[in-house]
Amino acid sequence: MATTSEPHYRRPLLPTPFHARARALAQSDAFIPWAGYTTVDVFTTAEQEYFAIRNAASVYDLTPMVKYRIAGADALRFLNRLLTRDIGKLRPGRVAYGVWCNDAGHLIDDGTVFCLGAGEYRLCTAERQLDWLLDSAIGFDVAISEVTEEVAALALQGPTSYSVLRKAGVAGVERLKPFELGNFTVPAAGDAPLMVSRTGFTGDLGYELWMQPKDAAAVWDVLMEAGRTRGIRAIGSRALNIARIEAGFVLPNVDFIPSERTVFIGTERSPLELGLAWLVDFGKGHFTGRRALLEEQRRGSRRRLVGLDIEGTKPAHNALLYSDRALRRQAGSVTSAAWSPTTKRNLALAMVDAPHFSTGSTLWAEIYLNRELVWERRVVRARVVERPFFAPERRRVTPPAEF
Amino acid sequence: MRSRHDVIVVGAGHNGLVTACYLARAGLDVLVLERNAYVGGAAVSRSLYDGFTYSNCSYVCSLLRTEIIRTLELPRFGLQIIPYEGGCTLMRGGGHLALYDNHDALRREFARHSRRDAESYDRFVRDMLRHCRFIKPLLLRTPPDPTSLRTRDLRELMWLGGHFNRLGEERLYDTLRFFTMSCADMLEEYFESEIVKAHLAGSSIIGTALGPRSPGSAYVLLHHYMGSIDGAVGAWGFARGGMGAITRALAASLEASGGAVRADAPVERILARNGRATGVVLAGGEEIRAAVVVSNLDVKRTFLESIEAKELPGEFLEQVRNFKIRGSSGKLNIALDGLPLFPAIPQDSPATRGDMHVTDTLDMLERGYDDWKEGRWSRSPYVDMLIPSQIDPTMAPDGKHYMSVFVQYCPYRLADGAWTAEKRQAFGNTVIDAIARHSPNFRDLILHAEIRTPQDIENEVGLTEGNIFQGELTFDQLLFNRPIPGYAQYRAPLAGLYLCGASTHPGGGVMGAPGANAAREILRDLGRDL
Amino acid sequence: MSAARPARGARYDCIVVGGGHNGLTCAAYLARAGRSVLVLEAADRVGGAAVTREFAPGFRVSACAHLLHLMPGKLIAELNLSAHGLKLAAAQLPTTALSADDAHLPLGPEGAAVLAAQSAHDAAAYPAYGARLARLAARLRPILGATPPRLGTAGWRDRAALLGLGLRLRALGRRDMRELLRIGPMCVQDLLDEHFESPLLKGALGFDAVLGTNYGPRSPGTVFTLLYRLAAAGEEGGGLAQPLGGLGALSEALAGAARAAGAQVRTGAVVKRILVRDDRAAGVVLASGEELAAGAVVSSADPKTTFLGLLGAEHLDAGFVRRIVHLRARGLAAKLHLALDAAPRFAGLDPAALRGRLLWAPSPEHIERAFNHAKYGEFSASPILEITVPTVSDPALAPAGAHVLSVVAQYAPFALAGGWAEGRRRFTELLIDTLTALAPGLRAQVRHAELLSPEDLEREFRITGGHWHHAELALDQFFMLRPVPGVAQYRAPVGGLYLCGAGCHPGGGVMGLAGRNAAREVVREAA
Repeated sequence: MATTSEPHYRRPLLPTPFHARARALAQSDAFIPWAGYTTVDVFTTAEQEYFAIRNAASVYDLTPMVKYRIAGADALRFLNRLLTRDIGKLRPGRVAYGVWCNDAGHLIDDGTVFCLGAGEYRLCTAERQLDWLLDSAIGFDVAISEVTEEVAALALQGPTSYSVLRKAGVAGVERLKPFELGNFTVPAAGDAPLMVSRTGFTGDLGYELWMQPKDAAAVWDVLMEAGRTRGIRAIGSRALNIARIEAGFVLPNVDFIPSERTVFIGTERSPLELGLAWLVDFGKGHFTGRRALLEEQRRGSRRRLVGLDIEGTKPAHNALLYSDRALRRQAGSVTSAAWSPTTKRNLALAMVDAPHFSTGSTLWAEIYLNRELVWERRVVRARVVERPFFAPERRRVTPPAEF
Repeated sequence: MRSRHDVIVVGAGHNGLVTACYLARAGLDVLVLERNAYVGGAAVSRSLYDGFTYSNCSYVCSLLRTEIIRTLELPRFGLQIIPYEGGCTLMRGGGHLALYDNHDALRREFARHSRRDAESYDRFVRDMLRHCRFIKPLLLRTPPDPTSLRTRDLRELMWLGGHFNRLGEERLYDTLRFFTMSCADMLEEYFESEIVKAHLAGSSIIGTALGPRSPGSAYVLLHHYMGSIDGAVGAWGFARGGMGAITRALAASLEASGGAVRADAPVERILARNGRATGVVLAGGEEIRAAVVVSNLDVKRTFLESIEAKELPGEFLEQVRNFKIRGSSGKLNIALDGLPLFPAIPQDSPATRGDMHVTDTLDMLERGYDDWKEGRWSRSPYVDMLIPSQIDPTMAPDGKHYMSVFVQYCPYRLADGAWTAEKRQAFGNTVIDAIARHSPNFRDLILHAEIRTPQDIENEVGLTEGNIFQGELTFDQLLFNRPIPGYAQYRAPLAGLYLCGASTHPGGGVMGAPGANAAREILRDLGRDL
Repeated sequence: MSAARPARGARYDCIVVGGGHNGLTCAAYLARAGRSVLVLEAADRVGGAAVTREFAPGFRVSACAHLLHLMPGKLIAELNLSAHGLKLAAAQLPTTALSADDAHLPLGPEGAAVLAAQSAHDAAAYPAYGARLARLAARLRPILGATPPRLGTAGWRDRAALLGLGLRLRALGRRDMRELLRIGPMCVQDLLDEHFESPLLKGALGFDAVLGTNYGPRSPGTVFTLLYRLAAAGEEGGGLAQPLGGLGALSEALAGAARAAGAQVRTGAVVKRILVRDDRAAGVVLASGEELAAGAVVSSADPKTTFLGLLGAEHLDAGFVRRIVHLRARGLAAKLHLALDAAPRFAGLDPAALRGRLLWAPSPEHIERAFNHAKYGEFSASPILEITVPTVSDPALAPAGAHVLSVVAQYAPFALAGGWAEGRRRFTELLIDTLTALAPGLRAQVRHAELLSPEDLEREFRITGGHWHHAELALDQFFMLRPVPGVAQYRAPVGGLYLCGAGCHPGGGVMGLAGRNAAREVVREAA
């Protein structure tokens, strides 16, 4: 169990079961809070860690992901009413990414649903959701419990991630297709049971590993040893953020504010606005927010999250976007930005007002440059482009290549 | 001493001083008259026991509007506000719920009582912040008269309508519901744990002759939520040096602007001639003239006791008599020989470094109200206690502590006859017993205790029935109904006479907004800018 | 559309779930608008909670509501209920406030002399008070028959409705408007204290403010509930009335009017589920398994039953379900029926007063103390009572010479600590004791007693929580907030589904306006 002897009022953040291992490697001593845990932002440098994702293998502590067990006769009906996607198509042993909305069709959160068996699911989310999940469960025969502390998790991502698992003796992983999961053991960790899903937040070949907290340290050690010759590296959130922007994934509280948390008027966002229309299945029956989303679809969205390719090399953090070079008409703002070391492009995700969000549109970004404390304003061209920005073929190939 | 001024303010409470400051800054010659020997009304720091400073009436700060603090340069005149570091509610049977600033610590603390409530709390806070954002722009505006056809009223009504409309349909309904609900019903929509509900409901009854199950009490809760410290909405804190630091800073600010405060100058009567206020006469017979008289007294004191009835319309006086000002709170100020121990609270937790409460269910709070309705103090009172000397070293000698204990409910009139010294002591003992149940060494540490019933507060401070808000915060007495429909714009039915106390919009709580609003209206009538 | 009756198994324009007075009213108006209508009533007779039934051999009583006074004369005339058998056994019934010392006070002009003897001040103040409240109530009356507008929308109809509301308030004139805005949110005790000194008068006037609500006279908002009642009752020819044959006769007349307009009314038809196809209500399934198709389903069941029981959460958004769950709908009024050997003899009471309504609420403090218990899940130790002896005007309800005593008793909380199975007997005894103290010898006259607790009302009349307004009548559950925001216009989130019961604006009390308003919306939508 991820517990600490220190009380919460003295140490509000919990260590994860990997904390001692991470602590030993965290040269930069850069820890950040994540969903009630303390986790590593940067181990060595974000750049080195980033290239472990795209060039070798990276290990990222995923334990703080909030995990719910959802089980019961109505588990499927419940999930189908909760999520905008059709979970009825999700077979045991499969994983689906999905989002859920409030009545107004505004996004509450995104997450992954693991179908562990008939009537048995696991939902992994970035934010705590018990309040909404329990209210959504009214009228359904379903039991919901948070199991975050009972499941330790690692993301093993990168081109050599498969070979690391193979070398670690996790037999049979090669058969897992993207969004499939299976149950394995780790012989070198005392046959520790390990659930592996071919999922991730990098857009690359990779796996997420789910285990009991008591096995966590041993599994970590086995992976690190197995990956020693395959360039394995522990990575922090900062490196992962570059990879997820390249992959075009949205992040709650960064690219949208969960609608159960908004205070200001008009700051909620719908999945249609976030470019997640492919996750909305109007034909599957009712789900929360369906009527509002149908109405939005009929009316047309007022804004949309798009990918931007921006001139220059300076990431356009928090930049305001304009439809004209003279910066008279604001047309949106950047939510996430990064220089992409792999594609050598200056990337951003941005919320852009209609009608400027169609692919190929040109916008102007207002960027502030710090030149040794001499600040300059740059107005640079930003082109709306398709996401993902980077999608290597290896992420799909089954069985995966060795590297 | 001059016998003529531009403006006389009756009462040097914080609102009277705020009005005076604004008027003096606008270039008027302002004199504030205070009947007590000390300035501050109910926002005072008193030395009633050797070496100790008591905030013996109001005791914490949050609502004082930042706009006022800045405009009147109160920090320059010594005002410093330090936020609480924690808080807690002590349950019978030894349990507790602590409040921590850190969100994760708070969530884990709530989760000790209910995992779900720990998360619902975020939704609750979100909704309170939404309501605060709605109500805040109203605080420093003069309520429109909905029956009037004057351009200004119509424009203000339009603004109000627009303000509502901007909420959008769903939030509009939520706002309407919230403002008409009982606190208990509101909390039931978020929480399952009794202690969480009871803890939050405390703010819905403070100073109020309502129970948590009375409709309208949700608003009272919000009234205690809409302040802020340094941008932290809903945060409460200590004024360094006690609550008198606020009024001391105001008085200094006033003097720096050329105004003056005269203590020991009880106003006996507000003078009027030909339908105009002309000045005041002091208890000794001294007359002081002014074209503008502003009363910081509550509406009943002002119109029923300070002006001859013949100067006012009879129907208006009837409405003043019908204004509800109910004494429902008591106060203990205690000098302690050391820090009391609360075994339920871990030694190193900051939970004692803020407001501590004694209650554990909504029913307990409600039964306390039932006692008040029957004309007796609550047998299990709700206690809001603080030990400011833990944070503020100026309040007590080193190693000793000052404790402020606010008590709800305590009636102004007892069913079994008048208040006596014995009954006051019995009331105090009830409260001390309630605290001692949670603190074994508390009783032995008491060096001195000042026990104040609503009647004591009335006698000393001049607040009718000792009501801390100068009138109930129920909807029949809010916004354009406060204090009297048709007279909610700080003007009296007598030309040149104004109200600036908490009897007027937006009400009490050491907010200063009534004072600022009154000053704006006075300057408008004088054709001057603020 | 034609009013032709589809054959069984065919599709109706409208199916009305529940044959209570609102369901029947709605059906009658829908049928008159040319819709083919089927009313499905679970019980074996129509009427819902407006029903007359035998509670002891030879004794019949209006089982839930026992007086008629809120139904607008316009509605009665439009549906021509007298042609369908509605006759009044008595009208303009007097109300008498019972006093422990036999100084009973008739309310209204007839009691002026008695009141003057108790308090000259009150006798002088009473007419002006009554006139002012009547003026304010008259301004509110049109609201009851109107569909609540939506707020914050750009719709011209909503805006026009709101503007109309504002203008209507302004038309009161400055003084009355100010008074309305002031007293509306106030507690009735404060209002009464401002005007009167007689505890008996204040108790009686306060009684009507809290009757059927979960509040005491010190609860803010109870002036509103009083005004609401006055607004509903104050129409021309208003006053308390007693239908011949009990409230069931009214329901029969409503059913008659519906049938005459072409509607079918089926009793013993328990609706189990509302069918949904393509996000639209498409009909209902009965407990028998029979499926009935319809273009629109109109439910007079309470909101919780309609949405959570008949429709199902899966067809609704989670936030909406959250609102429905939090709808306060727990009854706190019990109904006592006594079969008496002879007419009760209330000490010192003019026998003529026995035909009317007797109130036992000797002071507002008495009511408040009675209410205190309800807050903690207890029944009142000293309850407040609304007493009628319907057999005085309608002897056929009992065997010759015998009488029926019908009593509404507060407060009797739905969720009684310890449960009603055990509490029923204790509360019944307490009520009979209380009555016997007022009418000496009554206990010996009792041949049979029946107590309907809110739990019994829930079971017998299928009202979740056993609240006779289906949902607490309070400012935060009124008008555009009733039953919950989003469905105050009688339209459910699911297309083709409507609400027409007391849970909607303007509430229950055998008024019929919820049904009438809903019918108007159903017809408007289809047009």
